[in-house]
Amino acid sequence: MTSLVVLLTLPLVAALAVLALPERRREPLGLLTVAIGLVAALTLAASVWRSGPVLLTLGGWTPPLGIALRADGLAVALILMSALVMSAVALAARFEMRATRVGPRAAFGFWVLMALLWGALNAVYVSRDLFNLYVGIELLSLAAVALVALSGTAKALAAALRYMIFALVGSVLYLAGVVLTYAAHGVLDIGLLAARMPAESDALALGLMTAGLLAKTALFPFHVWLPTAHAAAPAPASALLSALVPKASFLILIRLWFEAMPDLASSAAVMMLAVLGSIAVIWGGVLALVQSRLKLIVAYSTVAQLGYLFLIFPLAGGGGSVQPWSAGAWTGAMFLALSHGLAKAAMFLAAGICIAAVGSDRLGDLRGLVRHLPMTVAALALAAITLAGLPPSGGFTAKYLLMTSALAAGQWPLALVLVGGGLLAAAYLYRPMAALFAREARIAPRPVPRIWQAVPLTLAASAILLGLFSATPFDLLQIGRPEPAEEGL
Amino acid sequence: MSAALPVLILLTSLVPAGVTFFLAQDSHSLRNGLNLGGAILKLGLIGWMLFSVAGGASYEAILPLAPGLVMLLRVDALALLFISLSATLWFLTTIYAIAYFGTKAELSRFFGFFSLCVAATTGLALSGSLISFFIFFELLTLSTWPLVAHKQDKPSLSAARLYLVYALPGSAALLWAIIWLESATGPVLFTDPPDLSVLEPGALRAIFALFIIGVGVKAAIVPLHGWLPAAMAAPAPVSALLHAVAVVKAGAFGVVRIIYDVFGAANVVALGVGVPLAVLASATIIWGSLRALQQDEIKKRLAFSTVSQVSYIVLGAALASPLAMIGGLVHLIHQGLMKITLFFCAGIYDERAGVRTIAGLNGLGPRMPWTSACFSLGALGMIGLPPLAGFVSKFYLGLGGLDAGAPWVLGVLVASTLLNAAYFLPLLYRLWFLPAAEDATGDERAPALVGPAVVTALATLGVGLLAASPISPLGWATLIVTREYGP
Amino acid sequence: MSLTVFALTGAALVGLGVYGLLALPHLLRRVIAFNLTGSGLFLFFGAAGARGGAVDPVPQALIITGIVVALSASALAVGLVVALARSSGKVVLPDEDPAP
Repeated sequence: MTSLVVLLTLPLVAALAVLALPERRREPLGLLTVAIGLVAALTLAASVWRSGPVLLTLGGWTPPLGIALRADGLAVALILMSALVMSAVALAARFEMRATRVGPRAAFGFWVLMALLWGALNAVYVSRDLFNLYVGIELLSLAAVALVALSGTAKALAAALRYMIFALVGSVLYLAGVVLTYAAHGVLDIGLLAARMPAESDALALGLMTAGLLAKTALFPFHVWLPTAHAAAPAPASALLSALVPKASFLILIRLWFEAMPDLASSAAVMMLAVLGSIAVIWGGVLALVQSRLKLIVAYSTVAQLGYLFLIFPLAGGGGSVQPWSAGAWTGAMFLALSHGLAKAAMFLAAGICIAAVGSDRLGDLRGLVRHLPMTVAALALAAITLAGLPPSGGFTAKYLLMTSALAAGQWPLALVLVGGGLLAAAYLYRPMAALFAREARIAPRPVPRIWQAVPLTLAASAILLGLFSATPFDLLQIGRPEPAEEGL
Repeated sequence: MSAALPVLILLTSLVPAGVTFFLAQDSHSLRNGLNLGGAILKLGLIGWMLFSVAGGASYEAILPLAPGLVMLLRVDALALLFISLSATLWFLTTIYAIAYFGTKAELSRFFGFFSLCVAATTGLALSGSLISFFIFFELLTLSTWPLVAHKQDKPSLSAARLYLVYALPGSAALLWAIIWLESATGPVLFTDPPDLSVLEPGALRAIFALFIIGVGVKAAIVPLHGWLPAAMAAPAPVSALLHAVAVVKAGAFGVVRIIYDVFGAANVVALGVGVPLAVLASATIIWGSLRALQQDEIKKRLAFSTVSQVSYIVLGAALASPLAMIGGLVHLIHQGLMKITLFFCAGIYDERAGVRTIAGLNGLGPRMPWTSACFSLGALGMIGLPPLAGFVSKFYLGLGGLDAGAPWVLGVLVASTLLNAAYFLPLLYRLWFLPAAEDATGDERAPALVGPAVVTALATLGVGLLAASPISPLGWATLIVTREYGP
Repeated sequence: MSLTVFALTGAALVGLGVYGLLALPHLLRRVIAFNLTGSGLFLFFGAAGARGGAVDPVPQALIITGIVVALSASALAVGLVVALARSSGKVVLPDEDPAP
């Protein structure tokens, strides 16, 4: 329980402390924070693994009076993944976000925003109260928007503002849903809502909240802000934005649909979400295929990968109890969220290294980098394997679980999306790989420290390990899993 | 011990691969020692297992992943057949490659991926479940790409791209087939054939077709063979690997596993999918030979010859008769030995004499006698001249065709033999009987290049002469068929 | 009766705000539209807390929190708008610029 409190408060305290401390103390403090946070995340995971979900009622008040926090298997898996990504980003930022490279303002702002973002993420992962989730996701959005604007160029500012407009519309819609829910039931706790008497306004409330969260998760057709915003930020910030931020709003969607109001899921509604997800997979992939900059390719790939997550709504359950091996779609989507987080962060950090070496991320300028940056290219390759869902990676485990459910439930068009999306991912990720692997270099690269290069490689390798040793994370995700995840919506 | 052994045998290739990546470019002796050491250790382990498996033992190691994903490594007689081939040829190819590359650049990357390829092949051979087969199949695809692209020039990169353009959709088809089957029957283990009656015959035929498309890309079955001749842009040791040690063999091995351990020969016959596959294999045999006739480059001609020869294995499996199966399995070994001899020699001609085209072979025989003798043995074996290796395979395939009630197979074999002679004999004629060009150069003062070729050429002769002994490939193939797939 | 008035006013404010947020190109107007929407929602929320005579304190606490959140969002948005205006001389997003 202490570790949960540490995870929630430490980042916020660190954000304030960075403001107060002199410049030379900033980096050590940031690194100390992620180190403590990583230990706390591991401790929390161990405790959940041993004795089930950890519950925390703030101030000892139980809902509906107080606010409940609960770390179940899913929350703790996301906390752990975020802590890993945060550590990697902090290590990379030591090199990349130096005042001499990015200017004193961005160097200063980055550590504050990163800590705020982390605190908000952890809060969203464990909150059980719809309004508390609103506050968390707002803090997250604001920190994310500010990260996009970090470089201060007109382009980055415009991208940040566009993101902000979507985020604001999203929060307004979500808040409207929360207000309707409260007006109808007088409670906002997820557990209590699950046991509510159904009201007429429930469908509208869920619809509003879902629409708002879709805008924040950048599901097609709300994805237009994402690629420019993610590509405009400095690479470590992009890593956080792409790998972690959309997962928070997706998690709230899962909490709403699978835990708070599973009774409202009509087959038309879940199918619509899956159709939007499928379009996102294909459309994001096609757009990634025509980009000529590495960061934009990676950003469009996020649009596509987020689409996969929405296949969970019709697929959860799969063959159900008749075919127990095929009931893994819910866990499959969570595997995808985890492995995508690790791989995508690795990719953006690797892109940052490429930019540091040749000063550009145009594919033509990256030619021949394999000779100078073999570790970075290896990181990109391993991350690409995960994103394309090739074995033996976490992405493959996810795809296998989702596809088995899809075919067992007779939803073969969705299985086709999974396979087609994987091939598309292989195609758009092949272009940067081929450029990096070419013989002739166009630009003589500057040297990049090996320790920096090792950071994305470690992240990408952990995405592969997630697939090779998938039994433990699989069991972890089952702890506190909601019933509809097994039975289907 | 029995659980550790399959893992250990996988590690003999995997550990050298992992370590080699991190070695400095100029630490030649460490790298060579590591790779050769791994290969020797592996050969030792395999030799020991050959005896115990012949005595009826089997070894299993299981790594449970998420539910439904069963990672099972299992040593059975069929797996041993394949890994003893790949391990022997890995050892020889490593010697050859060390001599071939000398002190060229990027060797740590090359040998790292080379060993990784062999590790993937080993894992694929040892796989005891469909999903572990798929995992190693994909690992093989991915680890081959950097080898094909090794020269990093335009032709290599486009060949490597073409490889993935064929291989990745192929593996998507394979994955679809696996999951379609498993979503109905549950996880498929090779020791425990799935209950196919839960699926409609139509669905089963579609699944079978998807399986064949999936592994057919690697086995270079026409029309999925386009990548193989293009991959000739890669260095000679890579060609040896693609054609004999790992890649096309993995495809052919997959066909055998799917027919005998997933569907079962009886079901293949009942579903009526064996004959179409046999016809497709026959078409590939003829088409590959016809295309080989038209090639002027030695390596291209050999590549089309592989397209043709690998389908002998597919044909043997598709006929679903014990004798044909023996012919197919023994050809897995025989084709590997003969084809690697030919590629070793083609590489030597290229490296030591600068000869790449067939016209350049004129009069090279007396100048490079050892190489040319090996090349001739390999070529004659391919044609099927008794008592060389190829004859044994063709003999059993012919018997199997008669046994399976498909006498037309004899016609295919005869036609193919004539075509083989038509595209190989002119080469031998040029080597030995035509005068050399005025400015011809070439020598074979490279024992580490010629040595492996001599060993494999002698093996081509040996496996034919000693075919009757129980430890020969033929003896082992017979053991597999009578013990595990016998009536 | 008064509840309906609150609800209708709230709904009208939300409607106006969402329209402004989506349709107006001028960024400052959008920020104001966002605040309008927020006010409408809070009005409705406060009214919802007055059910059945006794006043429910929870919505009031939540509204105050919501106002703080909206304020910080507005502050950040205005800051970004000012920065954009300084660096590009425009107060509209580049691809929505009616006169590029």
